[in-house]
Amino acid sequence: MADIKKLEAFVTQVRRDIVRQVHKVSSGHPGGSLGCAEFISVLYQELMERKEGFDMDGIEEDLFFLSNGHISPVFYSVLARSGYFPVEELNTFRLLDSRLQGHPTTHEGLPGVRIASGSLGQGLSVAVGAAQAKKLNNDNHTIYALMGDGELQEGQNWEAIMYASAKKVDNLIATVDLNGQQIDGSTDHVLDLGSVRAKFEAFGWIVLDIEKGNDIQAIVSGMNEAKAASGQGKPVCVLLHTVMGNGVDFMMGTHAWHGKAPNDEQLASALEQNPETLGDY
Amino acid sequence: MKTYENTGSKDTRSGFGAGMTELGRTNPNVVSLCADLIGSLKIQTFIDENPERFFQIGIAEANMMGIAAGLTIGGKIPFTGTFANFSTGRVYDQIRQSIAYSGKNVKICASHAGLTLGEDGATHQILEDIGLMKMLPGMTVINTCDYNQTKAATIALADHVGPVYLRFGRPVVPNFTPADQTFEIGKAVQLQEGNDVTIVATGHLVWEALEACKVLNEKGITADVINIHTIKPLDAEAIIKSVKKTGCVVTAEEHNFLGGLGESVARELSLTHPVPQEYVATEDTFGESGTPAQLMEKYGLNTNAIVKKVEKVISRK
Repeated sequence: MADIKKLEAFVTQVRRDIVRQVHKVSSGHPGGSLGCAEFISVLYQELMERKEGFDMDGIEEDLFFLSNGHISPVFYSVLARSGYFPVEELNTFRLLDSRLQGHPTTHEGLPGVRIASGSLGQGLSVAVGAAQAKKLNNDNHTIYALMGDGELQEGQNWEAIMYASAKKVDNLIATVDLNGQQIDGSTDHVLDLGSVRAKFEAFGWIVLDIEKGNDIQAIVSGMNEAKAASGQGKPVCVLLHTVMGNGVDFMMGTHAWHGKAPNDEQLASALEQNPETLGDY
Repeated sequence: MKTYENTGSKDTRSGFGAGMTELGRTNPNVVSLCADLIGSLKIQTFIDENPERFFQIGIAEANMMGIAAGLTIGGKIPFTGTFANFSTGRVYDQIRQSIAYSGKNVKICASHAGLTLGEDGATHQILEDIGLMKMLPGMTVINTCDYNQTKAATIALADHVGPVYLRFGRPVVPNFTPADQTFEIGKAVQLQEGNDVTIVATGHLVWEALEACKVLNEKGITADVINIHTIKPLDAEAIIKSVKKTGCVVTAEEHNFLGGLGESVARELSLTHPVPQEYVATEDTFGESGTPAQLMEKYGLNTNAIVKKVEKVISRK
């Protein structure tokens, strides 16, 4: 049974980490990061079976692949606070010689990261490959992937979506962050995605919605449902309905904070709304 | 002058297939991926013997590169297979981010490289792939010259950790390197010893260089012929040692002069031992339909072209 209070405290600290990281270097992507704070926190703190420490092959553990790499602030915060590297290292986000590059990479050897992402549309293919490696290794663990909704405009996703279904990659749970926003505006405005559910279903996936994608309890039960649906010959897609910028009132529900950092005043307000829980770095 | 015997012409892609067959039997971590070109890549035996280790991706090369990157996570050694054009230019960013920058142990194996793909024409005849791949930090780039060398290279790749681009071709060409050779990545192979010129060749142009050497000999010109199967990392030491003796160099490759072997050689020589250099390569052009022999003649990539460039470079000494 999930300890919701504990997870809430974790997420509040992750939100602080997100805004503090991007504020310090006046760059980065807080909007999408905040929108996925609950989801990625729940994955690492509640759902994934993880081994102590980090090795690239990740045998006999669940693995997570972040395809929309620009939400690195949330990924880094959750990784650090899940024990992959010192929390103090969040101080180096986007700085010269840091392992915390603007977009996640294996290149600087940051524990917890298994693939570079940032150039969109590539992560799902990698997750599919990792899922097939697990099958070859008779490793009965799950591969999780997260993509942005705007990212679905990249054609490579649809190659991977077709393939995963045709090849019965059923140890894969791919989540789409449906926040309806991308850099130039709403996804409806920029390039209407149509029904994402209908598209995934037409490609042969099991599709589940988590309507309250920023509600910890809803994420826990939705993802448990997704886990239960896996292993039955079909890949599983979770449509996670989130609010971009969630948890910081002036960042919520707009694409304006996709790739913009708060100023000092805005940071103070964001931190006031999210009081320290686990200790700032 | 050493004599090299053609032990029976074969296509280099069959050497790749034979190498994969052997790896299938000897290395349980090797997996094969293909984008709807099993017959062209000659991997049917690997598939028959290891069906669980073969991944038919369909006509989706970008997805293939991503899946290959993912398969390394879990200890697999993926060998992707499609034409050179679809192995590189089509999927450059996938290779760049998910394989090269991510440091994944993927072997990108590319058949039908260059003009000798023939009648299909320029849409399929990539002449820019060596440049594209050698520009990627950490990428090893290999262009083999015959069946035996391609087989040996394929087998050697499994023991090399890191991303590799292995380039080979479609046509049947002379098979003249030893069947029992050990393939050393990054190590040049000296095929002929001479004093007047160094010929540095890669891929299908190696045999042409040997033929050119015979013609030159009759004209009283002796050549060092160096088989550079590994374009990156380049065995600069072997090349510099040779040009210190000969004082000039001709590079020969089935590729655009921009971004190819010739430019890599020029850079090394310019840093340490500049000498006159001539390029046997395509001149910043696309290919076209035709037979391999017609195309190699028209675009100046054969024995005659090498002889002419040798005479020219010697006159510049």
